[in-house]
Amino acid sequence: MKIKSQRDFVSGLMFLAVGIAFAIGAGNYSFGNSAHPGPGYFPLVLGLILAVLGAVVLFTSLSIERDGGDPIGAIAVKPLVIILGAVVLFGFCLPRLGLLISLPILIVVASLASDEFHWRDALISSVVLTAGAWAIFTKGLNLTLPVYPTIFGG
Amino acid sequence: MDLLSNLALGFQTAATLQNVGYAFLGALLGTLIGVLPGLGPVATIAMLLPSIYSLDATPALIMLAGIYYGAQYGGSTTAILINVPGESSSVVTAIDGYQMARRGRAGAALSTAALGSFFAGSVGTLVLAAFAPPLTEMAFKFGSAEYFSLMVLGLIGSVVLASGSLLKAISMIILGLLLGQINTDVISGVPRYSFDIPELTDGIDFVIIAMGVFGFGEIIANLGQPSESREVFTKDVKGLWPTRDDFRLAAPAVLRGTALGSILGVLPGGGALLSAFAAYTLEKKISKTPEQFGKGAIQGVAGPESANNAGAQTSFIPMLTLGIPPNPVMALMVGAMTIKGIQPGPQVMASNPDLFWGLIASMWIGNLMLVILNLPLIGIWIKLLTVPYRFLFPAILVFCSIGLYTLNNNNFHIYLAALFGVVGYAFYKLSCEPAPLLLGFILGPMMEEHLRRALLLSRGDWSTFVSRPLSASLLGAAGLMIIIVLLPNIRRKREVAFQDAD
Repeated sequence: MKIKSQRDFVSGLMFLAVGIAFAIGAGNYSFGNSAHPGPGYFPLVLGLILAVLGAVVLFTSLSIERDGGDPIGAIAVKPLVIILGAVVLFGFCLPRLGLLISLPILIVVASLASDEFHWRDALISSVVLTAGAWAIFTKGLNLTLPVYPTIFGG
Repeated sequence: MDLLSNLALGFQTAATLQNVGYAFLGALLGTLIGVLPGLGPVATIAMLLPSIYSLDATPALIMLAGIYYGAQYGGSTTAILINVPGESSSVVTAIDGYQMARRGRAGAALSTAALGSFFAGSVGTLVLAAFAPPLTEMAFKFGSAEYFSLMVLGLIGSVVLASGSLLKAISMIILGLLLGQINTDVISGVPRYSFDIPELTDGIDFVIIAMGVFGFGEIIANLGQPSESREVFTKDVKGLWPTRDDFRLAAPAVLRGTALGSILGVLPGGGALLSAFAAYTLEKKISKTPEQFGKGAIQGVAGPESANNAGAQTSFIPMLTLGIPPNPVMALMVGAMTIKGIQPGPQVMASNPDLFWGLIASMWIGNLMLVILNLPLIGIWIKLLTVPYRFLFPAILVFCSIGLYTLNNNNFHIYLAALFGVVGYAFYKLSCEPAPLLLGFILGPMMEEHLRRALLLSRGDWSTFVSRPLSASLLGAAGLMIIIVLLPNIRRKREVAFQDAD
């Protein structure tokens, strides 16, 4: 068996696995019957449908010829890790350090993901965006966002 | 002429300086929160509810209504500019609108959206004024079986709108439906797939998935490419206004979208959302160049934008005439009316005519103000696109992250969106289109509820979906659509098979 479409092969596996996982999970909830469907009725049926569809996608990826094997290509590990890392870091910092410290952290870390990184640009972004976000969200819309670090009683 | 005298009364009420002021305030606030992803009309209206205690009923409702339709305008702006739909009904606008922006036609996309919305909003208001009572009768005819069938039709429609593999698009819908199962079961109250995480028992907010998959995923995909080939937006922006050709293509789409939206908006349960999807499907079906869709077809912006705005106006019909809120925003409006001592329902039209007609007339005024407010803004939005990407993406991240936190003042939502960022990037790499997933996710819980209710009523007899004529014809239309999509596929495969036999 030769893989004729890498993208379809992996997506088929993904659908199959997720479908089976949901169907197994549905076993924790009562299935009921068609007159009184329980909380497990819908997810079990859907999970099985997804698993079948995934299997079909998997099958076609092994049987139908594609140009050049439809490769997935290189994975952009650096932006993936840095961007999402910056977002998670922001989520962790915001309730503890407040907006005025967390936002510059988010912006500087995220800017590292770009291959055009300059300290000057990242600092400009930090100042402009932090001031703007504070003006719009805290002053303008009166949202209850933590602004200062909690150690200062904020 | 009842209609004219009613409208005259309405405009008398709505055109007072105070009421115009509140309509403007509502429309402005609505646009602002629509543009900021994550902050929706529901949260804003909920925040503002306490402040209406000091207002009279009429200006209070005028302002809340302005927030609602203003947000529909603003939501499409972010959908077109940064591919992050600010509102669930602008998910489809993002498909072709964002592609237009990438080709330097953001101005045309934005002005088409604004003008189409204004036209649709005006017609929707008239429909609301003229047909409120008879249209309510129609909404009564819809039972659970019909709702379920209508949503099946909507989902099948979204498959047609996917440009890649049919099989993968259907899989993505099912995946979306399954993600929608992460919630507390409405009938038995059992939390499902929550892994004992309290935040998951309420279900995942659609904004989290939209931002993770569309917003974060897109940024990662862009940065993953070398900067020369990135070219997210063409530098030369061609004109702020639609060309003559654009008008020729967009005008009929606006008319069709308006008609579709006016009808579907009346139905309780995601009126504006379903009408946007239905309009996109319709435009793609009847277009002579369906291959242009997904690559920046102007009809793909004009149709859905008009439909969701018309739908937003007519969704006031069941709320005002029956007291039944068709969506969460309308539920808050009902709450606001109750605060002001007005019992929503059929008697409002008779007992508070100045409120009823004043509110309707204010919607027209508000829509006009939105156009006046938005057209000059287009120039500013376009300037935004000329900002280099290394400045643009941190800004998108900032707005998304703050929006995520303010959903519930909880950083768990930020973590969850980051997880969906990984998922979104995987979808991009595997060429799985995320738009059908989002639709399945949004409609899933509603579909399940109606399916189960319909089965309960029929005592488990599945034939209820085909024995009721309305439901049967909706399902029939869905089936027909699948056959139409499959036909060219079958033909092509047969051709291949015949060649192999030679």
